[in-house]
Amino acid sequence: MRADQLDKNEYFYGHKACAGCGGSLAVRAALKVLGERSIAVLPAGCMSAVGFNFPQLCFGNNAIISMFAGTASMLTGVEAGMRRRGYKDFHAVGLAGDGGTADIGIQALSGAIDRGDDILYICYDNEAYMNTGIQKSGLTPYGARTTTTPAGRNIRGNIRPKKNMFEIVAAHDIPYAATATVGYINDFIDKVEKASKIRGTKFIHVIAPCPTGWGIPVSDTIEVAREMADCGLWYLAEYENGKFTLDRDPGEFKSAEAHLRRQGRFKHLTDEDIDLIIKSRDEKWEKIRREWK
Amino acid sequence: MRPYLRDKKTFTFEEIPEDTCFEAGYLVTENSGWRSVTPKIDAQACIGCSQCYLYCPDGVITIQDKKAVIDYDFCKGCGICSKICPKNAIEMERAI
Amino acid sequence: MRRFLSGDEAFAEGVRLAAPEVISAYPITPQTVVVEKLSEMVEDGSLDAEYIHVESEHSALSCAIGASAAGVRTFTATSSQGLLYMAEGLVYASGGRFPIVMMNADRSTALPWNIYGDQRDSLALLDTGWIQAYAENAQEALDMALMAYRIAEDSRVSTPFMVNLDGFILTHTYETVDIPDEEQARAFLPPYETENRFDFDSPKNIGFSAGPETNYIFKYKEHAAFERAVGVIEESERSFAGIFGRKYSGLIDTYLTDDADYIIVTLGTIAGLCRDVADKLRSQGIKAGVIRLRYVRPFPGKEIAAAVGSAKAIAVLEKDISFGNAGTVYTNVAAALQWAGVTAPVYNFIGGLGGKDISSDDVRRIYDDTAKGTDRVTFIGIEGDAQ
Repeated sequence: MRADQLDKNEYFYGHKACAGCGGSLAVRAALKVLGERSIAVLPAGCMSAVGFNFPQLCFGNNAIISMFAGTASMLTGVEAGMRRRGYKDFHAVGLAGDGGTADIGIQALSGAIDRGDDILYICYDNEAYMNTGIQKSGLTPYGARTTTTPAGRNIRGNIRPKKNMFEIVAAHDIPYAATATVGYINDFIDKVEKASKIRGTKFIHVIAPCPTGWGIPVSDTIEVAREMADCGLWYLAEYENGKFTLDRDPGEFKSAEAHLRRQGRFKHLTDEDIDLIIKSRDEKWEKIRREWK
Repeated sequence: MRPYLRDKKTFTFEEIPEDTCFEAGYLVTENSGWRSVTPKIDAQACIGCSQCYLYCPDGVITIQDKKAVIDYDFCKGCGICSKICPKNAIEMERAI
Repeated sequence: MRRFLSGDEAFAEGVRLAAPEVISAYPITPQTVVVEKLSEMVEDGSLDAEYIHVESEHSALSCAIGASAAGVRTFTATSSQGLLYMAEGLVYASGGRFPIVMMNADRSTALPWNIYGDQRDSLALLDTGWIQAYAENAQEALDMALMAYRIAEDSRVSTPFMVNLDGFILTHTYETVDIPDEEQARAFLPPYETENRFDFDSPKNIGFSAGPETNYIFKYKEHAAFERAVGVIEESERSFAGIFGRKYSGLIDTYLTDDADYIIVTLGTIAGLCRDVADKLRSQGIKAGVIRLRYVRPFPGKEIAAAVGSAKAIAVLEKDISFGNAGTVYTNVAAALQWAGVTAPVYNFIGGLGGKDISSDDVRRIYDDTAKGTDRVTFIGIEGDAQ
């Protein structure tokens, strides 16, 4: 989808997200694809906190805040309700963060996929509970310092790897799942568009850097997001008709070390820590390249 | 529709809804005060490629007559546009 | 049409007549029969609704809120731990003013685990902004299902409605029930109309935040809706009587209270036994009476005070305890009587916890103790000072 084919309207505007917020770009871009016939469900979290303060209401389309654990279950109700009112051409879209998706909301998400509800669930992943002040979530990567995984002398940040949401979702035999990044916005836009044309449950996991939580300059959101995919610490893939596809193979990786070292949350990592991260990246990519043709 | 600024006013008791349902896109405050630096577009250099428009987290850039135009009421001055511009046509200036 | 139905089945018939468009529920004993019946009705086409098999009670209510925000009539049902698991959604639904109707099968809460009836589940959630009604028999349960929608959806009220049925004692006990026909139900219950919903022509942002400048106004308005609900309940019952020929008595139901010296205030199915004992005491010259609370929210403070009149002493019998204080119904009743200037002593009797039977001897003893004077709070069956 080219820029000039996108809806000229803005549906997420005037919000109070931090400058350079990757999450707000993901929400904005998704709604420009889905347009005015979309109903957005956002759980308690960054995007609802910055966009929904009466009387400052920043969504131009129909939108609602759900309970934190209830993005998918509310989407189910919204979709069923609108269908009962006779509407056919609309999108029920969930826009939830990493904690809202991989932790507290995973039960409801699993239920919705299991039922095959005709909804699109987008997880904007900034890799921690940013709205509450950068606490570890299930999608916080190994080594990252958060306010609940401090980097001290005994433990150097988060000791657990990032939960594999994409494959967890795919394991439900969902009609469509994809990974994306705001660093490659056209790819994300295309995936949202593709998802919008598929019936049943769709899931897109989009990396959305948080300058505040990641410890990067506000102007670097896109650059860092891109670099994360280019150095192999993220991948752009799809799951459709029971098959995984790798959309983009960066070939020779950019330096993961440089990518990590430029972020405040990884500053404390030792060379050994970084070697460990690279080793785990290489193992992942060996599998991806072997199995996701 | 694009949310837009309304007249500033205090809501009376009657104007505050019974439920939590209100007109979408109702803005009462700007974001311009957040800026410490301001993007300035060099219209000569701008080729209207839409990269800044696509990547702006706040959606404040539009392409008009093949040139980027910024809504300064809502620009927070993050500088993503300046970094993404392939023609270096956006300069971040100290002036607000 | 008259049929022999359990409380759960009767309630399901009431829901069928109310014709909700989205039903989302998760099974829990002793609510299960309701959702099984509704599933069968959806299957056989007697109810045209979306039945959504949600993965938890939290999701059941979350889904109902979503559907309500889409502008359609919704139903859910639960019990006990399930209701507690929904708790976050209860305040969400009421704060958003979504007129969802729920049936709760009143059941004890863990630990220790127990599936039998007491009212600690719903009474623990009295402050969540839902209208709370307590049915006494299967007919009333069915009728309340219909009335619940009419009252909840009334634009003067716009508040979710919880109908409570005593677990097993009412949910699983069979009685002969009159099932109204669909035409009558349609005459009583108009289609759901609201502006509190998504709209593609005039889009809405729903479920927003409201800071300290306005938050209290939203809360005040929620409270004011309960005040208006009292009149709407009366109005609905008048209309109900006109269409179905069955009369209900508003927030409370009184028995022999006019000249009573000793009155038991209670709720739910136990009221029948209390009336039975009151009759026997009357035959012995003791002026006993019974007040049954049909609604606990809005709270019938004025109505109770008026019915109590110049009684010498009052007992509140409930299947509930607010640990460290007294029964929740008791604190509500005592405060209302104090405000109304009633100086007669008010005693609290806690019984029926975890399904423990309350016998006619127990009720007789409650009247005796109330006449003689006793502790502020008595646990039926615990003798003396158990400490």
